[in-house]
Amino acid sequence: MSLLLLKGGRVLDPSRGFDQVADVLISNDKITAVGDAVALADAPQVLDCSGKVVCPGLIDLHVHLREPGGSAKETIASGTAAAARGGFTSVVCMPNTSPAIDNAATVAWIRDKAEREAAVNVFIAGAITQGIAGEELAPIGSLKQAAVVAITDDGHCVQNNELMRRALEYARMFDLPVMDHCQDYLAVSGGVMHEGYWSLNLGLKGWPAVGEDLIVARNIQLAELTGTHIHCQHVSSAGAVRLLREARARGIPISGEACPHHFVLTDAAVAGSEQFWAADGAALLPQPRRPAWPAYDTNLKMNPPLRSARDREAVLEGLCDGTLDILCSDHAPHSRHEKEVEFDSAPFGITGLETEVPLSLTYLYHTGRLDLASLIKKFTVAPARLLRLAKGTLAPGADADVTVLDIDRPWMYSAAETASKSVNSPFEGWALRGCATTTIVAGKIVWQA
Amino acid sequence: MSWPHKHLLDIESLPAEDLLTVLDTARAFKAVGERAIKKVPALRGKTVVNLFVEPSTRTRISFELAAQRLSADIVNFSAEASSFKKGESLKDTARNLEALNADVIVIRHAASGAPHFLSRIVQARIVNAGDGAHEHPTQALLDVFTIREKLGRIEGLNVTILGDILYSRVARSNIWALTKLGAHVTLCGPSTLVPREFERMGCRVTHRIDEALADADVINLLRIQHERQRQSMFPSLGEYTSLFGLTKARYAKTRPSALIMHPGPINRGVEIDSEVADGDRSVILEQVTNGIAVRMAVLYLVCGGKGPQEIPG
Repeated sequence: MSLLLLKGGRVLDPSRGFDQVADVLISNDKITAVGDAVALADAPQVLDCSGKVVCPGLIDLHVHLREPGGSAKETIASGTAAAARGGFTSVVCMPNTSPAIDNAATVAWIRDKAEREAAVNVFIAGAITQGIAGEELAPIGSLKQAAVVAITDDGHCVQNNELMRRALEYARMFDLPVMDHCQDYLAVSGGVMHEGYWSLNLGLKGWPAVGEDLIVARNIQLAELTGTHIHCQHVSSAGAVRLLREARARGIPISGEACPHHFVLTDAAVAGSEQFWAADGAALLPQPRRPAWPAYDTNLKMNPPLRSARDREAVLEGLCDGTLDILCSDHAPHSRHEKEVEFDSAPFGITGLETEVPLSLTYLYHTGRLDLASLIKKFTVAPARLLRLAKGTLAPGADADVTVLDIDRPWMYSAAETASKSVNSPFEGWALRGCATTTIVAGKIVWQA
Repeated sequence: MSWPHKHLLDIESLPAEDLLTVLDTARAFKAVGERAIKKVPALRGKTVVNLFVEPSTRTRISFELAAQRLSADIVNFSAEASSFKKGESLKDTARNLEALNADVIVIRHAASGAPHFLSRIVQARIVNAGDGAHEHPTQALLDVFTIREKLGRIEGLNVTILGDILYSRVARSNIWALTKLGAHVTLCGPSTLVPREFERMGCRVTHRIDEALADADVINLLRIQHERQRQSMFPSLGEYTSLFGLTKARYAKTRPSALIMHPGPINRGVEIDSEVADGDRSVILEQVTNGIAVRMAVLYLVCGGKGPQEIPG
């Protein structure tokens, strides 16, 4: 039997309301005990966790691993290595691959490859529609049998309200949550950044917040009608946060997630670092040397786009009052040459697996806006509950997926050190506070700072 | 007086004194254009590439003549007959031009920010000849040059820009240049094409044309298009003309000294009545003439020219 003792850390397990200095004993791939000075027969491998936070392995329910079809950007091996570095023990990969994850064979192919190559647990989201084209239902029952944990047309959004309604009704048979990337195509058509003063200034086509709000409002009505849970992916607008807050208060089965870039950056950043630090960035914690980037930097292009300071504040409020109960990265790797183009031509998306914990600790916890237990909940028990994963807890008997955090350690993202195949991050050179120091999956240390 | 910039990417980032340097230099070059021999050796041995990824005739020809009158070698590179058709990226295209030792790349591109992007990846000097809906710096400079030549000043003038502001790079560059030089700018057009947020750039926004024209010293009209992506912006050219066209009746109520400008190509009978376009207060063709002098000044300054004092009289 292989034993690993995590000794003397602050054990923080929101799934059980547990928060005290304690030891965690791992036997093979399970948690076997959590408590004071866990008595041990053998002399096990000991990891000194004093001064650290020991929490259930973090879950990122929104990443793009790009396989099959996009292995120049990322692979299951490289993406999960980046996840491990970021403190994540489980990721959920999105179905906008090539071919799309709209059939059981592709699910099996990914599961097989993940089994052999992945550094962390890989869960799979299947498509709602065939080819994520929004026209005909994907074989949702077969996808469920092949073990997808949710369905989504991520990267796209089902525009046809009747089709979405039927997808929700159908998915209900399988108790599958439906995740939706909320954008009304006609309202946002051609948009490359948030519609507002900066899109006018830069002459870029606007992607208005109302394009997001319209679909969130639709989803609320459809969730109420069908009773199927809809999870709104990376919510970015004040309107969407308000709609979700009201709907949740009425008991409608709907939820939302937020990404760090939406609660840290704003559309002013697209006009370059000088404009950002002078305006919307001024209130951020002082960076010792404020990172610089030019106007039209394509690493600031993602979908949904960076929004106004008012929207950023609404997302923060939504995270604090629980309206947005899940944090994720929307890790979207793209090759250097794909991003080294005109802003209009660049693909949407940024990497995020390695930066999301440091950004969340710095701008949610260290700013005093969110307590640590609430923050960790959004990375653990909340996504686990949404997706019915037997994860996100340190209860004895649970899978031994554990993340150790040093919540005060100074940390800086450097593309040179990334495990991802891609470097399309806007956070190059950002001085942050706090990071994961050890990532343990099924009892094995898969990464250590 | 000197020019401290390697490129001309936009007007927004330039202080007023640098704009004045261009205008003063252009004045000296305009005199050159009026001589029997319209050529100076200022850029002899330099290579200028016109990289027009978005088609344009008048701006390209204007830059071409400007470079020739400075004795530079100029090559035209157009999107239709080039490697873009084969899928080569802008970066690779630009680096190939650099390998040919281009000193200046004049770029016209449908994507906003393309000149800024180019300036980060090649050593050549970059002149923005219009990027998407962002800026068209030399157009604004020639507009301001024309106004100053005609009215003797910019400061304190009321300038109305009328038309499709939302999609217009000419409007944005004009707003920056005019406000930096002390003019009062009013934007007017349908509410869909002239959003209120433009006020943050320091101008007045109105959707009432009589209000916009009443006290204008300069009326700058922009071309109105009604292709597919504009069809949800306003119902028809006819309705546009009835609400915002510079008709003879509206023209009659403007200040008797007000200049009529247009960057071209004009739509006669749509944004401007034909007689108004050809009237004695119209400076539309002088804008074209002045464009060459302004572009000579810009090419000369980005290549290291110090200012008008150096230009042989």
